[in-house]
Amino acid sequence: MSFCCSCSSCCSCGNIKTIAKRELGGYFASPVAYVFIVIFLLLTGFFTFMAGGFFERSQASLESFFTWHAWLYLFLVPAVGMRLWAEERRVGTLELLLTMPITTLEAIVGKFLASWAFLAIALFLTFPVVITVNWLGSPDNGVILSAYIGSLMMAGAYLAITSMTSAMTRNQVVSFIISVVLCLFLILCGFPPVTNLLSRLDSPRLVEAVAALSVLTHFDGFAKGVLDSRDIIYFLSIIGFSLFTTGVIIRSHRAG
Amino acid sequence: MIKVENLSKSFGPKLAVDGVSFTVERGEVLGFLGPNGAGKSTTMRMITGFIPPSDGRITVGGFDMVANPIPAKRLIGYLPENAPSYADMTVEGFLSFAAELRGMRGDARKKAVSRAIEMCFLESVIYQSVDTLSKGYRHRTCFAQSIIHDPDVLILDEPTDGLDPNQKHEVRSLIRRMGARKAIIFSTHILEEVDAACTRAIIIDRGRIVANGTPEELRHKSEQSGAVLLCVSGQPSGAVSERLNHLSSARRTTIVKEENGKVWARVYSKSKNTDGELARNVMQAAQGWSVEELHTEEGRLDDVFRSITLSETAKEVSK
Ligand SMILES: Nc1ncnc2c1ncn2[C@@H]1O[C@H](COP(=O)(O)OP(=O)(O)O)[C@@H](O)[C@H]1O
Ligand SMILES: [Mg+2]
Repeated sequence: MSFCCSCSSCCSCGNIKTIAKRELGGYFASPVAYVFIVIFLLLTGFFTFMAGGFFERSQASLESFFTWHAWLYLFLVPAVGMRLWAEERRVGTLELLLTMPITTLEAIVGKFLASWAFLAIALFLTFPVVITVNWLGSPDNGVILSAYIGSLMMAGAYLAITSMTSAMTRNQVVSFIISVVLCLFLILCGFPPVTNLLSRLDSPRLVEAVAALSVLTHFDGFAKGVLDSRDIIYFLSIIGFSLFTTGVIIRSHRAG
Repeated sequence: MIKVENLSKSFGPKLAVDGVSFTVERGEVLGFLGPNGAGKSTTMRMITGFIPPSDGRITVGGFDMVANPIPAKRLIGYLPENAPSYADMTVEGFLSFAAELRGMRGDARKKAVSRAIEMCFLESVIYQSVDTLSKGYRHRTCFAQSIIHDPDVLILDEPTDGLDPNQKHEVRSLIRRMGARKAIIFSTHILEEVDAACTRAIIIDRGRIVANGTPEELRHKSEQSGAVLLCVSGQPSGAVSERLNHLSSARRTTIVKEENGKVWARVYSKSKNTDGELARNVMQAAQGWSVEELHTEEGRLDDVFRSITLSETAKEVSK
């Protein structure tokens, strides 16, 4: 109760909480959420144990689990986020939401946090792999935790980008496609085949600059157990920029 | 409570609202009339702060909607066109959400929700999810959302759209009752609603206000206002119109219809206020006929509406 009071005294945080609660409830009210979680778990399992060669490595680490996350999220995160604004606009509830005594930013942040929390829940449900690897050997659990944090950051960055594309259109499919393309760009500029291609240009500076844009480059640190502030800032600035742009897009739509 | 000055909105080259000004005080129910596409919804969206105006000023309860939107929005309850709501929520959940965004917590929220449920007759569907409701209930759920915080200002965009006649009647009487303590604007294209619920009406056509007044005043603009309708039996229509046309206080006479040997004739008055002179003249003229019916007409809003909005369109076409 005291928490509640302190929260409602800070108006902004109360509104964000209200919106996030509704949004998260919206996910679990439909079977889509459960389908998504099952698909996510099946795919992570498949990539870790089959494609990733978890057992062949015979190492007590979750490297084979985490290397696929950037690619898995490429499709799964836009699928979670595409409805964020497109649906509100299509149904007309956007008009209801934005004529409430709240700011657009509170609405954007509330909705973003809810879907991020949803992704966090899905990610949390992969904990059996952690148990498995601890049971089979003795991995460095600090590295695993750091990789989980990195994975969550990466999901947040993709999600913020999807929030932005979702605000552009009332068509969820269009929003999905645009965000996949944008996220794919963020992967590819650090993807070894692409960086190798670029290094032929004989300009190591350029390669480095392009690779610095990539989520792969920045996730790498987390996966190795190194919490570098530059990597954290990278993900946070993608989130901040994309959410800010979401606000600009929503405002420009209303201006007509 | 609501003050709109010189409000304009253009979408690209299209001017949807063009220099609209009016005020609404507490205790007034303003009916917003106009054909489809006249700019009613656009005006309401600007007043509620959903879209920014291209030009002009809106103040609600003294707060400027553009410069200071949050306190202005707090005063407003809004029912958007087509009554949108979150399909995956229950009626109770949806109303609680609205109450929470309006800053209510705990007991206050529960009370507000049950009050709105009672006022909008939603008791039977409280725990039903919105997407399983019939259109009338969905509409009333969104309406309940707009009055959840007992706002001083209510903006209702076609509040009776899609309701059955009983529900329409309920909503109208609800609006009239609440109008005593609030400033209300509602849009409609059903003219009888103006009589049923408004204290004042504005007719808007292609973004401009073309008439503004009480329903009485608007009705007086009708050509039929003050005309006398006479029904006689056993007379040829020619003789009837011949004799009535010669009345000094009559401008002209039309035969409305002929049926089963009865003739209905309408005598238009020369001046607006005849104090029953025309009726007396018609009665004298009708001496010797068997009169079935005779009454002075009030004028009809739909005639006013049609003549104003159509003549404007005709002017535009001839340009
Ligand atoms: N977002 C928009 N973009 C472009 N044109 C619009 C938009 N909203 C409304 N209009 C145009 O503005 C005019 C007024 O529309 P509206 O206010 O909805 O009319 P009404 O509610 O009186 O039927 C219409 O011609 C409509 O096509
Ligand atoms: Mg409309």
